[in-house]
Amino acid sequence: MNTKLNTKSLYQEVILDHNRKPRNYGTLDKASHHAVGHNPLCGDHLDVALNLDGERIDNIAFHGESCAICKASASMMTSVVKGKTRADVEILIREFRDMAIGKLDLDGSHHLGRLTVFAGVHDLPTRVKCAILPWHTLHAALNSVVSTSTEAEDDPMHAAIGDA
Amino acid sequence: MKLIESTLEPQFASVEHVRADFPILKLQVDGKPLVYLDNAASSQMPQPVIDRLVRYQTTQHANINRGVHYLSETATAEYEESRRKLQRFINAREDREVIFTSGTTDAINLVMHGYGRKFIGAGDEIVLTTLEHHSNIVPWQMLAEEKGARIRVVPINDAGELLVDEYEKLFNERTKFVGVMHVSNALGTVNPIKPMIAFAHARGIPVLIDGAQAAPHMNIDVQDLDCDFYTFSGHKLCGPTGVGILYGKAEMLERMQPFKGGGDMILSVTFEKTIYNTIPHKFEAGTPPIAAAIGLGAAVDYLLAIGMDAIASHETQLLNYATEQLNGLSGVRIIGTAPAKIAVLSFVIEGVHPHDIGTLLNQEGIAVRTGHHCVQPVMLRLKVPATTRASFAFYNTIAEVDALIAGLRTVQKIFA
Repeated sequence: MNTKLNTKSLYQEVILDHNRKPRNYGTLDKASHHAVGHNPLCGDHLDVALNLDGERIDNIAFHGESCAICKASASMMTSVVKGKTRADVEILIREFRDMAIGKLDLDGSHHLGRLTVFAGVHDLPTRVKCAILPWHTLHAALNSVVSTSTEAEDDPMHAAIGDA
Repeated sequence: MKLIESTLEPQFASVEHVRADFPILKLQVDGKPLVYLDNAASSQMPQPVIDRLVRYQTTQHANINRGVHYLSETATAEYEESRRKLQRFINAREDREVIFTSGTTDAINLVMHGYGRKFIGAGDEIVLTTLEHHSNIVPWQMLAEEKGARIRVVPINDAGELLVDEYEKLFNERTKFVGVMHVSNALGTVNPIKPMIAFAHARGIPVLIDGAQAAPHMNIDVQDLDCDFYTFSGHKLCGPTGVGILYGKAEMLERMQPFKGGGDMILSVTFEKTIYNTIPHKFEAGTPPIAAAIGLGAAVDYLLAIGMDAIASHETQLLNYATEQLNGLSGVRIIGTAPAKIAVLSFVIEGVHPHDIGTLLNQEGIAVRTGHHCVQPVMLRLKVPATTRASFAFYNTIAEVDALIAGLRTVQKIFA
Protein backbone atom coordinates (compact mmCIF):
# COMPACT_ATOMS: atom_id res chain seq x y z
CA MET A 1 0.00 0.00 0.00
CA ASN A 2 1.11 3.51 -0.75
CA THR A 3 1.92 5.11 2.59
CA LYS A 4 2.27 8.56 1.07
CA LEU A 5 -1.37 9.22 0.28
CA ASN A 6 -1.99 12.76 -0.81
CA THR A 7 -4.78 14.96 0.44
CA LYS A 8 -6.92 14.21 -2.59
CA SER A 9 -7.30 10.63 -1.46
CA LEU A 10 -8.29 11.79 2.03
CA TYR A 11 -11.71 12.99 0.91
CA GLN A 12 -12.62 9.59 -0.52
CA GLU A 13 -16.19 8.52 -1.05
CA VAL A 14 -16.14 6.32 2.07
CA ILE A 15 -15.22 9.32 4.25
CA LEU A 16 -17.73 11.60 2.53
CA ASP A 17 -20.39 8.93 2.95
CA HIS A 18 -19.75 8.52 6.69
CA ASN A 19 -19.82 12.31 7.02
CA ARG A 20 -23.16 12.50 5.22
CA LYS A 21 -24.71 9.55 7.04
CA PRO A 22 -22.78 9.04 10.26
CA ARG A 23 -23.34 5.63 11.89
CA ASN A 24 -24.13 5.39 15.61
CA TYR A 25 -24.82 9.12 15.71
CA GLY A 26 -26.74 10.21 18.79
CA THR A 27 -26.85 9.44 22.48
CA LEU A 28 -27.35 6.28 24.59
CA ASP A 29 -30.19 5.96 27.08
CA LYS A 30 -27.86 4.41 29.59
CA ALA A 31 -24.10 4.53 29.22
CA SER A 32 -21.54 2.92 31.51
CA HIS A 33 -18.74 5.09 30.10
CA HIS A 34 -18.79 8.57 28.64
CA ALA A 35 -16.36 11.36 27.67
CA VAL A 36 -16.30 14.60 25.72
CA GLY A 37 -13.23 15.37 23.64
CA HIS A 38 -12.26 18.88 22.62
CA ASN A 39 -9.98 20.00 19.82
CA PRO A 40 -8.66 23.27 21.25
CA LEU A 41 -7.27 24.19 17.82
CA CYS A 42 -10.70 24.69 16.28
CA GLY A 43 -13.21 24.44 19.10
CA ASP A 44 -14.70 21.22 17.76
CA HIS A 45 -16.03 18.79 20.31
CA LEU A 46 -17.21 15.22 20.31
CA ASP A 47 -19.28 13.29 22.84
CA VAL A 48 -18.70 9.52 23.02
CA ALA A 49 -20.92 7.27 25.16
CA LEU A 50 -20.69 3.51 25.43
CA ASN A 51 -21.97 0.54 27.36
CA LEU A 52 -19.57 -2.17 28.52
CA ASP A 53 -20.99 -5.65 28.91
CA GLY A 54 -18.22 -7.23 30.95
CA GLU A 55 -15.11 -6.48 28.89
CA ARG A 56 -17.01 -6.08 25.62
CA ILE A 57 -18.43 -2.87 24.08
CA ASP A 58 -22.10 -3.67 23.85
CA ASN A 59 -23.24 -0.36 22.38
CA ILE A 60 -21.65 2.97 21.46
CA ALA A 61 -22.82 6.33 20.15
CA PHE A 62 -21.33 9.74 19.43
CA HIS A 63 -22.46 13.26 18.62
CA GLY A 64 -20.91 16.70 18.44
CA GLU A 65 -19.72 19.55 16.29
CA SER A 66 -16.89 18.64 13.96
CA CYS A 67 -15.42 18.59 10.49
CA ALA A 68 -15.95 15.77 7.98
CA ILE A 69 -12.67 14.07 8.84
CA CYS A 70 -13.54 13.93 12.53
CA LYS A 71 -17.14 12.89 12.00
CA ALA A 72 -16.24 10.14 9.53
CA SER A 73 -13.49 8.93 11.83
CA ALA A 74 -15.99 8.74 14.73
CA SER A 75 -18.59 7.04 12.57
CA MET A 76 -16.18 4.36 11.33
CA MET A 77 -14.65 3.96 14.77
CA THR A 78 -17.99 3.28 16.44
CA SER A 79 -18.87 0.76 13.72
CA VAL A 80 -15.58 -1.08 14.13
CA VAL A 81 -15.33 -1.20 17.94
CA LYS A 82 -18.88 -2.34 18.63
CA GLY A 83 -18.69 -5.93 19.97
CA LYS A 84 -14.94 -5.78 20.54
CA THR A 85 -13.23 -6.21 23.91
CA ARG A 86 -11.68 -3.32 25.72
CA ALA A 87 -8.19 -4.80 25.17
CA ASP A 88 -8.72 -5.15 21.41
CA VAL A 89 -10.06 -1.60 21.23
CA GLU A 90 -7.02 -0.20 23.03
CA ILE A 91 -4.83 -1.88 20.39
CA LEU A 92 -6.89 -0.25 17.63
CA ILE A 93 -6.65 3.14 19.35
CA ARG A 94 -2.87 2.84 19.47
CA GLU A 95 -2.59 1.67 15.87
CA PHE A 96 -4.91 4.40 14.59
CA ARG A 97 -2.98 7.07 16.40
CA ASP A 98 0.34 5.73 15.10
CA MET A 99 -1.07 5.68 11.57
CA ALA A 100 -2.30 9.27 11.82
CA ILE A 101 1.10 10.53 12.93
CA GLY A 102 2.92 8.41 10.35
CA LYS A 103 4.50 5.95 12.78
CA LEU A 104 2.65 2.84 11.66
CA ASP A 105 4.04 0.56 8.97
CA LEU A 106 0.92 0.12 6.88
CA ASP A 107 2.53 -2.84 5.08
CA GLY A 108 3.22 -4.57 8.41
CA SER A 109 0.68 -6.37 10.54
CA HIS A 110 -2.09 -4.29 12.06
CA HIS A 111 -5.82 -4.49 12.69
CA LEU A 112 -7.05 -1.28 11.06
CA GLY A 113 -8.63 -2.74 7.93
CA ARG A 114 -10.52 -0.06 5.99
CA LEU A 115 -9.65 2.52 8.67
CA THR A 116 -6.44 2.97 6.65
CA VAL A 117 -8.52 5.33 4.52
CA PHE A 118 -7.40 7.94 7.08
CA ALA A 119 -3.67 7.39 6.46
CA GLY A 120 -3.63 10.55 4.30
CA VAL A 121 -4.03 12.88 7.32
CA HIS A 122 -0.40 12.20 8.09
CA ASP A 123 0.46 14.65 5.28
CA LEU A 124 -1.74 17.33 6.84
CA PRO A 125 -0.31 18.08 10.31
CA THR A 126 -3.15 20.47 11.19
CA ARG A 127 -5.74 17.79 10.43
CA VAL A 128 -4.18 14.91 12.36
CA LYS A 129 -6.06 15.91 15.50
CA CYS A 130 -9.36 15.91 13.61
CA ALA A 131 -8.97 12.21 12.79
CA ILE A 132 -7.59 11.26 16.20
CA LEU A 133 -10.11 13.13 18.37
CA PRO A 134 -12.80 10.38 18.42
CA TRP A 135 -10.21 7.75 19.31
CA HIS A 136 -8.77 9.76 22.16
CA THR A 137 -12.26 10.47 23.42
CA LEU A 138 -13.03 6.75 23.33
CA HIS A 139 -9.79 6.08 25.19
CA ALA A 140 -10.78 8.68 27.81
CA ALA A 141 -14.25 7.13 28.16
CA LEU A 142 -12.85 3.63 28.60
CA ASN A 143 -10.50 4.94 31.27
CA SER A 144 -13.30 6.79 33.07
CA VAL A 145 -11.99 10.26 32.28
CA VAL A 146 -15.26 12.15 32.08
CA SER A 147 -16.42 15.01 29.95
CA THR A 148 -15.66 18.43 31.35
CA SER A 149 -12.16 17.55 32.45
CA THR A 150 -10.53 17.16 29.06
CA GLU A 151 -8.09 19.96 29.90
CA ALA A 152 -7.14 18.35 33.19
CA GLU A 153 -3.60 17.14 33.67
CA ASP A 154 -4.62 13.57 34.36
CA ASP A 155 -6.48 13.35 31.09
CA PRO A 156 -4.85 10.73 28.88
CA MET A 157 -6.43 12.21 25.76
CA HIS A 158 -4.97 15.60 26.43
CA ALA A 159 -1.53 14.18 27.01
CA ALA A 160 -1.60 11.96 23.97
CA ILE A 161 -2.80 14.74 21.64
CA GLY A 162 -0.05 16.96 22.91
CA ASP A 163 2.68 14.70 21.65
CA ALA A 164 0.89 13.81 18.41
CA MET B 1 -13.38 23.99 -13.37
CA LYS B 2 -12.55 26.63 -15.93
CA LEU B 3 -12.12 30.12 -14.61
CA ILE B 4 -14.64 32.58 -15.84
CA GLU B 5 -12.84 35.45 -17.52
CA SER B 6 -13.76 38.61 -15.70
CA THR B 7 -14.00 41.98 -17.37
CA LEU B 8 -13.96 43.69 -14.00
CA GLU B 9 -10.21 44.10 -13.48
CA PRO B 10 -10.13 47.12 -11.19
CA GLN B 11 -8.68 50.53 -11.89
CA PHE B 12 -5.38 49.59 -10.35
CA ALA B 13 -3.25 49.90 -13.43
CA SER B 14 -0.17 48.44 -11.85
CA VAL B 15 -1.47 45.35 -10.04
CA GLU B 16 0.62 43.04 -12.24
CA HIS B 17 3.56 45.40 -11.83
CA VAL B 18 3.07 45.31 -8.06
CA ARG B 19 2.83 41.51 -8.03
CA ALA B 20 6.19 41.30 -9.77
CA ASP B 21 7.71 42.79 -6.59
CA PHE B 22 6.61 39.77 -4.52
CA PRO B 23 8.75 36.71 -5.29
CA ILE B 24 6.60 34.42 -3.15
CA LEU B 25 3.53 35.08 -5.30
CA LYS B 26 5.22 33.13 -8.11
CA LEU B 27 5.06 29.92 -6.04
CA GLN B 28 3.20 26.87 -7.23
CA VAL B 29 1.38 24.76 -4.62
CA ASP B 30 0.81 21.18 -5.73
CA GLY B 31 1.26 22.34 -9.32
CA LYS B 32 -1.29 25.16 -8.92
CA PRO B 33 -0.39 28.85 -8.81
CA LEU B 34 -0.49 30.14 -5.24
CA VAL B 35 -3.58 32.23 -4.49
CA TYR B 36 -2.69 33.89 -1.21
CA LEU B 37 -5.82 35.08 0.60
CA ASP B 38 -4.57 34.93 4.19
CA ASN B 39 -3.26 38.48 4.38
CA ALA B 40 -5.06 39.31 7.62
CA ALA B 41 -2.92 36.65 9.28
CA SER B 42 0.30 37.82 7.66
CA SER B 43 1.09 39.64 4.44
CA GLN B 44 3.92 38.87 2.03
CA MET B 45 7.17 40.78 1.65
CA PRO B 46 8.18 42.67 -1.51
CA GLN B 47 11.70 42.50 -2.93
CA PRO B 48 12.68 46.05 -1.84
CA VAL B 49 12.05 45.09 1.80
CA ILE B 50 13.92 41.80 1.40
CA ASP B 51 16.78 43.75 -0.22
CA ARG B 52 16.80 46.23 2.64
CA LEU B 53 17.13 43.41 5.18
CA VAL B 54 20.01 41.93 3.20
CA ARG B 55 21.74 45.32 2.85
CA TYR B 56 21.43 45.95 6.58
CA GLN B 57 22.72 42.53 7.47
CA THR B 58 25.57 42.59 4.94
CA THR B 59 26.80 46.18 5.41
CA GLN B 60 25.29 47.90 8.45
CA HIS B 61 24.76 45.50 11.33
CA ALA B 62 25.99 46.04 14.87
CA ASN B 63 24.29 46.64 18.20
CA ILE B 64 22.75 50.07 18.58
CA ASN B 65 23.02 52.88 21.14
CA ARG B 66 26.28 51.74 22.66
CA GLY B 67 29.20 51.37 20.28
CA VAL B 68 31.38 54.29 19.25
CA HIS B 69 32.41 52.48 16.10
CA TYR B 70 31.24 52.96 12.54
CA LEU B 71 28.81 50.02 12.34
CA SER B 72 27.13 50.77 15.64
CA GLU B 73 26.66 54.40 14.66
CA THR B 74 25.31 53.37 11.26
CA ALA B 75 22.90 50.82 12.71
CA THR B 76 21.70 53.31 15.33
CA ALA B 77 21.12 55.98 12.70
CA GLU B 78 19.19 53.57 10.44
CA TYR B 79 17.12 52.30 13.35
CA GLU B 80 16.18 55.83 14.38
CA GLU B 81 15.51 56.79 10.76
CA SER B 82 13.06 53.89 10.62
CA ARG B 83 11.36 55.24 13.73
CA ARG B 84 10.89 58.58 11.95
CA LYS B 85 9.44 56.78 8.91
CA LEU B 86 6.88 55.12 11.18
CA GLN B 87 6.23 58.47 12.84
CA ARG B 88 5.38 60.00 9.45
CA PHE B 89 3.36 56.93 8.44
CA ILE B 90 0.90 57.49 11.29
CA ASN B 91 1.45 61.28 11.53
CA ALA B 92 2.66 61.20 15.11
CA ARG B 93 3.71 64.56 16.51
CA GLU B 94 7.16 63.38 17.62
CA ASP B 95 9.39 60.41 16.89
CA ARG B 96 9.78 59.65 20.59
CA GLU B 97 6.08 58.74 20.61
CA VAL B 98 6.87 55.68 18.47
CA ILE B 99 8.08 52.61 20.37
CA PHE B 100 9.32 49.50 18.64
CA THR B 101 7.73 46.41 20.15
CA SER B 102 7.74 42.80 18.99
CA GLY B 103 4.23 43.26 17.62
CA THR B 104 0.69 44.27 18.51
CA THR B 105 0.37 41.73 21.32
CA ASP B 106 3.58 42.98 22.89
CA ALA B 107 2.42 46.59 22.51
CA ILE B 108 -0.90 45.93 24.26
CA ASN B 109 0.88 44.09 27.04
CA LEU B 110 3.22 47.06 27.37
CA VAL B 111 0.26 49.41 27.88
CA MET B 112 -1.37 46.97 30.30
CA HIS B 113 1.78 46.77 32.44
CA GLY B 114 2.97 50.34 31.95
CA TYR B 115 -0.33 52.17 32.26
CA GLY B 116 -2.86 49.65 33.55
CA ARG B 117 -0.93 48.33 36.52
CA LYS B 118 -0.11 51.86 37.62
CA PHE B 119 -3.43 53.60 37.11
CA ILE B 120 -6.17 50.93 37.23
CA GLY B 121 -7.22 49.56 40.59
CA ALA B 122 -9.87 47.62 42.48
CA GLY B 123 -13.40 48.31 41.31
CA ASP B 124 -12.23 50.21 38.22
CA GLU B 125 -13.70 49.34 34.83
CA ILE B 126 -12.07 48.69 31.48
CA VAL B 127 -14.26 48.98 28.37
CA LEU B 128 -13.52 46.53 25.54
CA THR B 129 -15.66 45.34 22.62
CA THR B 130 -17.05 41.98 21.54
CA LEU B 131 -14.97 42.27 18.36
CA GLU B 132 -11.60 42.34 20.12
CA HIS B 133 -8.86 39.90 19.20
CA HIS B 134 -7.83 37.71 22.13
CA SER B 135 -4.68 39.84 22.35
CA ASN B 136 -6.77 42.85 23.39
CA ILE B 137 -8.83 40.80 25.86
CA VAL B 138 -6.47 38.50 27.73
CA PRO B 139 -3.95 41.12 28.98
CA TRP B 140 -6.84 43.16 30.44
CA GLN B 141 -8.35 40.05 32.03
CA MET B 142 -4.99 39.38 33.67
CA LEU B 143 -4.96 42.95 34.97
CA ALA B 144 -8.57 42.73 36.14
CA GLU B 145 -7.80 39.56 38.03
CA GLU B 146 -4.70 41.04 39.63
CA LYS B 147 -6.32 44.33 40.65
CA GLY B 148 -9.93 43.34 41.18
CA ALA B 149 -10.96 45.50 38.25
CA ARG B 150 -13.87 44.74 35.92
CA ILE B 151 -14.18 44.39 32.16
CA ARG B 152 -17.24 45.83 30.39
CA VAL B 153 -17.95 44.70 26.83
CA VAL B 154 -19.52 46.70 23.99
CA PRO B 155 -22.00 44.45 22.14
CA ILE B 156 -22.34 44.09 18.36
CA ASN B 157 -25.32 43.64 16.05
CA ASP B 158 -25.87 40.73 13.65
CA ALA B 159 -23.93 42.54 10.92
CA GLY B 160 -20.87 42.69 13.14
CA GLU B 161 -21.06 46.42 13.95
CA LEU B 162 -20.40 47.89 17.38
CA LEU B 163 -23.49 49.27 19.12
CA VAL B 164 -22.18 52.75 19.85
CA ASP B 165 -25.22 53.68 21.98
CA GLU B 166 -24.43 50.73 24.22
CA TYR B 167 -20.78 51.77 24.33
CA GLU B 168 -21.78 55.17 25.64
CA LYS B 169 -24.06 53.62 28.26
CA LEU B 170 -21.15 51.61 29.70
CA PHE B 171 -19.37 54.71 30.98
CA ASN B 172 -19.60 55.59 34.64
CA GLU B 173 -17.38 57.09 37.34
CA ARG B 174 -15.48 53.79 37.63
CA THR B 175 -14.49 53.70 33.92
CA LYS B 176 -10.71 54.05 33.64
CA PHE B 177 -9.68 52.76 30.23
CA VAL B 178 -11.00 51.90 26.76
CA GLY B 179 -9.53 49.38 24.29
CA VAL B 180 -11.02 49.10 20.79
CA MET B 181 -9.83 47.54 17.59
CA HIS B 182 -9.83 49.82 14.55
CA VAL B 183 -10.78 47.04 12.12
CA SER B 184 -12.12 43.58 12.96
CA ASN B 185 -9.74 40.80 11.94
CA ALA B 186 -12.53 38.24 11.64
CA LEU B 187 -15.27 40.31 9.98
CA GLY B 188 -13.51 43.28 8.40
CA THR B 189 -15.78 45.83 10.15
CA VAL B 190 -14.25 49.31 10.31
CA ASN B 191 -15.23 50.70 13.69
CA PRO B 192 -16.22 54.36 14.24
CA ILE B 193 -13.25 54.92 16.51
CA LYS B 194 -12.97 58.69 16.12
CA PRO B 195 -16.32 59.52 17.78
CA MET B 196 -15.73 56.71 20.30
CA ILE B 197 -12.38 58.28 21.26
CA ALA B 198 -13.97 61.74 21.50
CA PHE B 199 -16.72 60.36 23.75
CA ALA B 200 -14.17 58.75 26.10
CA HIS B 201 -11.97 61.85 26.13
CA ALA B 202 -14.92 64.05 27.06
CA ARG B 203 -14.92 61.99 30.27
CA GLY B 204 -11.14 62.01 30.65
CA ILE B 205 -10.71 58.33 29.77
CA PRO B 206 -7.70 57.22 27.70
CA VAL B 207 -8.21 55.02 24.63
CA LEU B 208 -6.01 52.33 23.08
CA ILE B 209 -6.66 51.45 19.44
CA ASP B 210 -5.59 48.03 18.14
CA GLY B 211 -4.75 48.95 14.56
CA ALA B 212 -3.28 45.60 13.47
CA GLN B 213 -5.87 45.17 10.70
CA ALA B 214 -6.22 48.85 9.82
CA ALA B 215 -2.66 50.05 9.26
CA PRO B 216 -2.10 47.84 6.17
CA HIS B 217 -5.21 49.15 4.43
CA MET B 218 -5.78 52.85 5.07
CA ASN B 219 -4.23 56.16 6.02
CA ILE B 220 -3.68 56.36 9.77
CA ASP B 221 -3.46 59.78 11.40
CA VAL B 222 -3.06 59.42 15.14
CA GLN B 223 -3.27 63.18 15.71
CA ASP B 224 -6.55 63.39 13.86
CA LEU B 225 -7.89 60.33 15.71
CA ASP B 226 -6.54 61.80 18.95
CA CYS B 227 -6.14 58.28 20.39
CA ASP B 228 -3.80 57.86 23.36
CA PHE B 229 -2.32 54.62 22.05
CA TYR B 230 -2.25 52.99 18.62
CA THR B 231 -0.64 49.64 17.86
CA PHE B 232 0.10 47.50 14.82
CA SER B 233 2.39 44.70 13.63
CA GLY B 234 5.06 44.81 10.94
CA HIS B 235 4.34 41.45 9.38
CA LYS B 236 0.80 42.38 8.38
CA LEU B 237 2.25 45.42 6.63
CA CYS B 238 4.63 43.71 4.18
CA GLY B 239 7.35 43.93 6.82
CA PRO B 240 9.17 41.30 8.88
CA THR B 241 7.80 39.33 11.83
CA GLY B 242 9.03 40.16 15.31
CA VAL B 243 8.49 43.90 15.10
CA GLY B 244 5.55 46.21 15.68
CA ILE B 245 4.70 49.67 16.85
CA LEU B 246 3.22 51.21 19.91
CA TYR B 247 2.33 54.83 19.37
CA GLY B 248 1.60 56.67 22.60
CA LYS B 249 1.07 60.34 23.31
CA ALA B 250 4.29 61.60 24.90
CA GLU B 251 2.54 62.76 28.06
CA MET B 252 0.96 59.31 28.48
CA LEU B 253 4.21 57.45 27.89
CA GLU B 254 6.03 59.68 30.35
CA ARG B 255 3.49 58.96 33.11
CA MET B 256 3.81 55.20 32.58
CA GLN B 257 6.07 52.78 34.42
CA PRO B 258 8.50 50.65 32.37
CA PHE B 259 7.30 47.22 31.23
CA LYS B 260 10.53 45.32 30.82
CA GLY B 261 13.69 46.06 32.74
CA GLY B 262 17.15 45.76 31.27
CA GLY B 263 19.79 47.51 29.26
CA ASP B 264 19.06 50.61 27.14
CA MET B 265 15.99 51.52 29.17
CA ILE B 266 18.10 53.06 31.94
CA LEU B 267 20.13 56.23 32.42
CA SER B 268 22.05 54.89 35.41
CA VAL B 269 22.04 51.77 37.53
CA THR B 270 23.36 51.15 41.00
CA PHE B 271 22.13 48.44 43.34
CA GLU B 272 20.54 51.23 45.38
CA LYS B 273 18.66 52.99 42.60
CA THR B 274 18.07 52.88 38.87
CA ILE B 275 17.10 55.95 36.88
CA TYR B 276 15.05 55.15 33.83
CA ASN B 277 15.82 56.46 30.38
CA THR B 278 13.59 58.92 28.56
CA ILE B 279 10.92 57.81 26.08
CA PRO B 280 10.95 55.94 23.77
CA HIS B 281 14.03 54.15 25.20
CA LYS B 282 12.35 53.59 28.57
CA PHE B 283 10.18 51.02 26.80
CA GLU B 284 12.84 49.39 24.63
CA ALA B 285 14.79 47.23 27.07
CA GLY B 286 17.52 45.04 25.67
CA THR B 287 18.65 44.77 22.09
CA PRO B 288 15.59 45.39 19.89
CA PRO B 289 14.89 43.60 16.60
CA ILE B 290 17.08 46.08 14.73
CA ALA B 291 16.95 44.41 11.32
CA ALA B 292 13.19 43.93 11.54
CA ALA B 293 12.64 47.54 12.61
CA ILE B 294 14.70 48.79 9.64
CA GLY B 295 12.83 46.38 7.37
CA LEU B 296 9.54 47.78 8.64
CA GLY B 297 10.73 51.25 7.70
CA ALA B 298 11.40 49.99 4.17
CA ALA B 299 7.94 48.36 4.09
CA VAL B 300 6.33 51.67 4.99
CA ASP B 301 8.34 53.39 2.23
CA TYR B 302 7.07 50.75 -0.20
CA LEU B 303 3.42 51.16 0.79
CA LEU B 304 3.60 54.95 0.66
CA ALA B 305 5.17 54.79 -2.80
CA ILE B 306 2.11 52.86 -4.00
CA GLY B 307 -0.14 55.11 -1.95
CA MET B 308 -2.54 54.11 0.79
CA ASP B 309 -5.46 55.61 -1.15
CA ALA B 310 -4.62 53.53 -4.23
CA ILE B 311 -4.31 50.45 -1.99
CA ALA B 312 -7.67 51.15 -0.34
CA SER B 313 -9.40 51.74 -3.66
CA HIS B 314 -8.05 48.53 -5.24
CA GLU B 315 -8.96 46.49 -2.18
CA THR B 316 -12.47 47.94 -2.09
CA GLN B 317 -13.02 46.77 -5.66
CA LEU B 318 -11.78 43.30 -4.71
CA LEU B 319 -14.12 43.28 -1.70
CA ASN B 320 -17.14 44.39 -3.71
CA TYR B 321 -16.51 41.87 -6.48
CA ALA B 322 -15.81 39.01 -4.06
CA THR B 323 -18.89 39.85 -1.96
CA GLU B 324 -21.09 39.82 -5.05
CA GLN B 325 -19.61 36.52 -6.27
CA LEU B 326 -19.91 34.83 -2.86
CA ASN B 327 -23.49 35.98 -2.49
CA GLY B 328 -24.15 34.33 -5.84
CA LEU B 329 -23.25 30.89 -4.45
CA SER B 330 -26.17 29.05 -2.91
CA GLY B 331 -25.68 27.80 0.65
CA VAL B 332 -22.96 30.37 1.33
CA ARG B 333 -23.49 32.96 4.05
CA ILE B 334 -21.13 35.88 4.63
CA ILE B 335 -20.44 36.54 8.31
CA GLY B 336 -19.90 40.26 8.88
CA THR B 337 -21.96 42.49 6.63
CA ALA B 338 -21.22 45.96 7.94
CA PRO B 339 -21.37 48.69 5.26
CA ALA B 340 -17.94 49.90 6.37
CA LYS B 341 -15.52 47.01 5.78
CA ILE B 342 -12.03 46.30 4.61
CA ALA B 343 -11.38 43.42 2.21
CA VAL B 344 -11.99 40.56 4.64
CA LEU B 345 -14.64 37.96 3.84
CA SER B 346 -15.63 35.51 6.53
CA PHE B 347 -18.21 32.98 5.45
CA VAL B 348 -19.81 29.64 6.18
CA ILE B 349 -21.06 27.03 3.73
CA GLU B 350 -24.09 25.02 4.72
CA GLY B 351 -23.13 21.43 5.52
CA VAL B 352 -19.37 21.90 5.14
CA HIS B 353 -17.03 22.50 8.06
CA PRO B 354 -14.53 25.35 7.54
CA HIS B 355 -11.56 23.04 8.09
CA ASP B 356 -12.69 20.82 5.23
CA ILE B 357 -13.11 23.92 3.06
CA GLY B 358 -9.59 25.06 3.96
CA THR B 359 -8.02 21.70 3.18
CA LEU B 360 -9.85 21.36 -0.13
CA LEU B 361 -9.05 24.95 -1.21
CA ASN B 362 -5.42 24.24 -0.39
CA GLN B 363 -5.53 21.50 -3.01
CA GLU B 364 -6.32 24.27 -5.51
CA GLY B 365 -3.37 26.34 -4.27
CA ILE B 366 -5.67 28.72 -2.40
CA ALA B 367 -4.56 29.83 1.07
CA VAL B 368 -7.36 30.90 3.43
CA ARG B 369 -7.71 30.89 7.19
CA THR B 370 -10.23 28.66 8.93
CA GLY B 371 -11.29 28.47 12.55
CA HIS B 372 -12.21 31.00 15.21
CA HIS B 373 -9.60 33.62 14.18
CA CYS B 374 -8.65 34.29 17.84
CA VAL B 375 -12.04 35.93 18.40
CA GLN B 376 -14.08 33.27 20.18
CA PRO B 377 -16.50 35.88 21.67
CA VAL B 378 -17.40 37.03 18.13
CA MET B 379 -18.04 33.44 17.00
CA LEU B 380 -20.20 32.84 20.08
CA ARG B 381 -22.19 36.03 19.51
CA LEU B 382 -22.81 35.33 15.82
CA LYS B 383 -23.55 31.65 16.60
CA VAL B 384 -20.99 30.14 14.25
CA PRO B 385 -18.41 27.69 15.65
CA ALA B 386 -15.88 28.74 13.02
CA THR B 387 -15.66 30.42 9.64
CA THR B 388 -13.54 30.37 6.52
CA ARG B 389 -11.84 33.72 5.97
CA ALA B 390 -10.47 35.10 2.73
CA SER B 391 -8.52 38.29 3.39
CA PHE B 392 -7.14 40.39 0.56
CA ALA B 393 -4.14 42.62 -0.01
CA PHE B 394 -3.40 45.19 -2.71
CA TYR B 395 -1.50 42.55 -4.71
CA ASN B 396 -4.52 40.27 -5.08
CA THR B 397 -6.43 40.23 -8.35
CA ILE B 398 -9.95 39.75 -9.63
CA ALA B 399 -8.72 36.49 -11.22
CA GLU B 400 -7.81 35.27 -7.74
CA VAL B 401 -11.33 36.02 -6.53
CA ASP B 402 -12.56 33.93 -9.46
CA ALA B 403 -10.19 31.13 -8.43
CA LEU B 404 -11.62 31.23 -4.90
CA ILE B 405 -15.19 31.04 -6.19
CA ALA B 406 -14.29 28.15 -8.50
CA GLY B 407 -12.61 26.40 -5.58
CA LEU B 408 -15.72 26.81 -3.44
CA ARG B 409 -17.87 25.37 -6.24
CA THR B 410 -15.58 22.32 -6.23
CA VAL B 411 -15.96 22.01 -2.45
CA GLN B 412 -19.73 22.15 -2.76
CA LYS B 413 -19.67 19.52 -5.48
CA ILE B 414 -17.59 17.15 -3.32
CA PHE B 415 -19.92 17.60 -0.36
CA ALA B 416 -23.14 17.59 -2.39
